[in-house]
Amino acid sequence: MNWFTKTFSSTIGRKLVMSITGLFLCSFLVVHLIGNLQLFKDDGGLAFNVYSEFMGHNPIIRTMEIVLVLGFLFHIYDAFVLTRRNQSARPIGYANSHPEENSNWSSRNMGLLGTVILVFLIIHLYNFFWRARFGELSIDAGGNPDLYIVVKESFGLWWYVAIYVIAMIALAYHLIHGFQSAFQTLGLTHKKYTPFIKSFGYAFSVLVCLGFAAMPLYFFFFE
Amino acid sequence: MVTYPVKGISPDMSFLEMLDVLNEDLLLRGDEPIAFDHDCREGICGMCSLYINGRAHGPERGTTTCQLHMRHFKDGDTITIEPWRAAAFPVHRDLVVDRSAMDRIQQAGGYISVNTGGVPDANTIPIPKTIADKAFDAATCIQCGACVAACKNASAMLFLSAKVSQLAMLPQGKVEAKTRVENMLAQHDAEGFGACSNIGACAAECPVGISLDNIAMLNREYISAKATSENVA
Ligand code: HEM
Repeated sequence: MNWFTKTFSSTIGRKLVMSITGLFLCSFLVVHLIGNLQLFKDDGGLAFNVYSEFMGHNPIIRTMEIVLVLGFLFHIYDAFVLTRRNQSARPIGYANSHPEENSNWSSRNMGLLGTVILVFLIIHLYNFFWRARFGELSIDAGGNPDLYIVVKESFGLWWYVAIYVIAMIALAYHLIHGFQSAFQTLGLTHKKYTPFIKSFGYAFSVLVCLGFAAMPLYFFFFE
Repeated sequence: MVTYPVKGISPDMSFLEMLDVLNEDLLLRGDEPIAFDHDCREGICGMCSLYINGRAHGPERGTTTCQLHMRHFKDGDTITIEPWRAAAFPVHRDLVVDRSAMDRIQQAGGYISVNTGGVPDANTIPIPKTIADKAFDAATCIQCGACVAACKNASAMLFLSAKVSQLAMLPQGKVEAKTRVENMLAQHDAEGFGACSNIGACAAECPVGISLDNIAMLNREYISAKATSENVA
C-alpha cells in the first residue's frame, strides 16, 4: 500500500471520507428538498414536472448525479467496513452494560439507522428515479412527462406513506448525531463555533426531515 | 459468572478493599482468590480497572475503581464485575486484562527525543499559560483503558488523542509531531482497536476528564501530517 491508500484505510482516514461524503449528502438533501417543495404548488403538478424534466436532462445536474452516486457509495462502503471493524474490536460483549448512562442512542446506532435509510433509498429510487428515467410516463398539459401523477398515486397508499415517515425519522436521528460528528471528525471544533454547529445541526436534521415527511403526508391526507 | 456473598463491608471502604475482604475470605476457606489489577489505590497510577454494574470504573463519574466507595451501593445489592472487554485487551485471568497494546501505541511515538548534554535552563522556551494548561490536562491521562472499555467500538482514540495532543501543543513536541501521529495511529489500528464514532462515552467515563477536544486535535494532526509529511511509504 502506498501512503495514499494507507491514509484512507486507516480508522481516521475512513472517518474522514464518511464525514466529507456525509456533509455532501446533507447539501444534496437541501437541494432535493427545495426542488420538491413544488409538489405543494396548486397547479396539478405542472411546475413539478417542468422541474423534474430539467433535473433529468441538464448536463450539470447529470454530472452532479454521478458525484452523488459516488458520495453514497463511498459513505456506505466505509460505513460497512468501519462497522465490521468496530464489531470485531469487541468479540466478547459485556453481560451487563449501561451505555445509556454515557451516550445517546442515535450515536451508537448509526449503522442501524443508515441501513434503514439504505433500504428506503432503494425503494425510493426504484419508484421515482427509475420510472422517471427509464419508465413510460404519460405527458401532462405542459408537454412534460407526468411524474407528478406517479407521486400522487404512490402517496395515496398508506403503507408507502408509512415507509417514508419511518425513513425520515431514521434520517433525522442519523443526522442529529452525524451532522455535528462530521465536524468533530474533520477536527473543526472551536469554543466559538462548535455550540452553533451543534444547534444548527439539530435544527437542520429536524427541519429537513420534517419537510420531506410532510410531502407523503400532505398527499395522503389532502390530495 | 460466579456469585460470591461478601459480609462485613463498611460504607467507607473502597471497592478494592471490598474485593480484598472477599479474597481474604476465599483464602481462609481454601478457595482461589479473584485476580484483579491494582497498585497505588489513590487514583493516579491507572492500574485498577473493572466494569462495575455496566459502567467503566463503576457508577460514579470522574473516579477510578480504587476511589469508588461502597457507600454508592446498597446493602444486599448484587454487583456485577467484568473485566475490560476488547480484542486488544486479552484477559489474563479473572478481572486482569493485558493492556500492553496501549504501551505499544505509546512506544510508537508518544515521547520527545532529547539530546544529552548540559541541563537547559527552565523556562527558556516561552509557552502561553492557556496552552500549558491544555497540554497539562491532556497529560493527566493515566492510561487505565476506561475509554476503550466504555467505547461501543472498543476504540482507544481518547487515550491516543491525549498522548498526541499533549505533545503536539508544546514546542518540544512539534519537532516530531508528524511522524508521531502517523506511527501512533498505525499502531492503534494494528492492535485491533475500533474507530471513533464520536459517541462520547469515553470522555463521560474517563476518571480524569480527558476531553473530546483532544480527538478533534488528533484528527487535525493526522490530516495535516498525512497531507504534508515526507513519509510516502
Ligand atoms: C442521505 C443520506 C445520508 C446522509 C446525509 C448521511 C450523513 C452522515 C453524516 C454527516 C455522518 C457523520 C460522519 C462522521 O461522523 O464523521 C454519517 C455517519 C454515518 N453514516 Fe451516514 N448518511 C446518509 C446515509 C447513510 C447510509 C445509507 C448508511 C449505511 C448504509 C450510513 C451509515 C453511516 C454510519 C454507519 C455512520 C457512522 C460512522 C461512524 O461514526 O463510525 N449513512 N452519515
